Amino acid sequence: MLQPEQIQTFADELYHALRHQQMLAPLTERAPDITIEDAYAISSALLQKRIEIDGEKVIGKKIGVTSKAVQNMLGVHQPDFGYLTDAMVVDESEPLSLTTRMIQPRAEGEIAFVLKHDLIGPGVTATDVLRATDFVVPCFEIVDSRVKDWKIKIQDTVADNASCGYFLLGSQAADPRKLDLSTVGMVVELNGQVISTGAGAAALGSSPVSCVVWLANTLGKFGVPLKAGEVILSGSLVPLQPVKAGDYMSVSIGGIGRTAVRFT
Amino acid sequence: MSTLSRATIAQLAEHLENAELQAFDVTKITDDYPDMDWEDAYDIQWEIRSRKQARGTKVVGLKMGLTSYEKMKQMGVDVPVYAFLADYFNVPDGGTVKTAELIHPKVEAEIAIITSKPLRGPGCTVAHVLAATEAVLPAVEVIDSRYRDFKFDLKSVVADNASSARFVTGGNLKRVDQVDMKTLGVVMEINGQVVATGAGAAVLGHPAASVAMLANMLAERGEEIPAGTFIMTGGITAAVSVKAGDSVCVRYQDLGSISMTFV
Repeated sequence: MLQPEQIQTFADELYHALRHQQMLAPLTERAPDITIEDAYAISSALLQKRIEIDGEKVIGKKIGVTSKAVQNMLGVHQPDFGYLTDAMVVDESEPLSLTTRMIQPRAEGEIAFVLKHDLIGPGVTATDVLRATDFVVPCFEIVDSRVKDWKIKIQDTVADNASCGYFLLGSQAADPRKLDLSTVGMVVELNGQVISTGAGAAALGSSPVSCVVWLANTLGKFGVPLKAGEVILSGSLVPLQPVKAGDYMSVSIGGIGRTAVRFT
Repeated sequence: MSTLSRATIAQLAEHLENAELQAFDVTKITDDYPDMDWEDAYDIQWEIRSRKQARGTKVVGLKMGLTSYEKMKQMGVDVPVYAFLADYFNVPDGGTVKTAELIHPKVEAEIAIITSKPLRGPGCTVAHVLAATEAVLPAVEVIDSRYRDFKFDLKSVVADNASSARFVTGGNLKRVDQVDMKTLGVVMEINGQVVATGAGAAVLGHPAASVAMLANMLAERGEEIPAGTFIMTGGITAAVSVKAGDSVCVRYQDLGSISMTFV
């Protein structure tokens, strides 16, 4: 358990690292007794700085650590979440400059939910999520870690806004009520080669819907709703792919659509 | 160019088929015949096929194996392999697979097609395959290499009918224009736990590309894919080991599900 000053110091460091494309030693090495609650407090303080200093606006949330492989790697059995702000949006038609904006980027294919009604946990079910969802879209999340060489424990990534970087939404939308989101297939291509495939059930061994259920109920405990209009990234269905300038990646999702991103 | 005599091919075919029929494992045949080539390997496979047909067994389909680029790279080859499916390999959806009849079975989820027209290579393409596809259906293959501890090379695998053992198909057929085979998702569950997911593109970028390659490979032996052929296009998921007591369910986007129990 950390003191409030320590939480603020870590938030300041992470903010500085983010803005100057620098890497930090893992927080868990410097403060071994840091808890997951501390990490969320740091994440929240980091967000406050982005809002106060840069005028960023929260437009949604992201869910991370949803695959068995990543959960095993981090030794946890639950997902985590971070905040999405308007400054993290990449337009589908523009390249993303890795050199000027990121440190050690990795791309992942996801399904994003756009809500039309608020979701307030606890007690949110899969049915509630389907009712509250306006549509789903294909999404690339370009994650990044301010922690050196991605040597993260769960507390490190949570504090670092769930390793969020940028995200890009495709322009094809689908009604989740007309799809079985647990079986929709995902195909990721890098420079024209298929590099990975997966399906919805890769998310928590269940469905991307279950990830949104988890988020609504987790935030509900703190009285925080998922709001109408918010974008929720439901977590990667395929392994993370390190990317570099010059790479071109596409993600195609069965029954939903396709989007692509070019890195410079 | 084959290197083995007719007699050696017949003897190796008998050896490998006995291993399959009696469920015992053997060492890889290239240990004893290091110079054997691809033609020899397929000659042995076709000899096993003839042996079965001579006993009244029907060949009910074809299958492709080693259809992921990653696996091909691991094995140091740039083409997949094909094999045949015998009538008794088929287990009905919801049925049981007897592990006593197998050595060390693994399951993999696949997309299968049934052709409506003959496909003849060389020069067969994805477009030809799509135009000649009558139906797309889900399939699960149970593979069972006859080689001890899965120690094999690819020529040995080809001779061993590409580890073919059992297969199960689902009853949910779709026309080729009703599904996108490339993005079609599959979810494999064993005893209720998701163990693997994938999509059709894991098979050579598109399952139809696998069938085109099959037609082109068969053309090298002067063979074609006849109309009405059932073809399993290759594993979308990794092959997962199963044992007696396991219940396997594979769910497919738009193609329903398939289940089986291992006893």
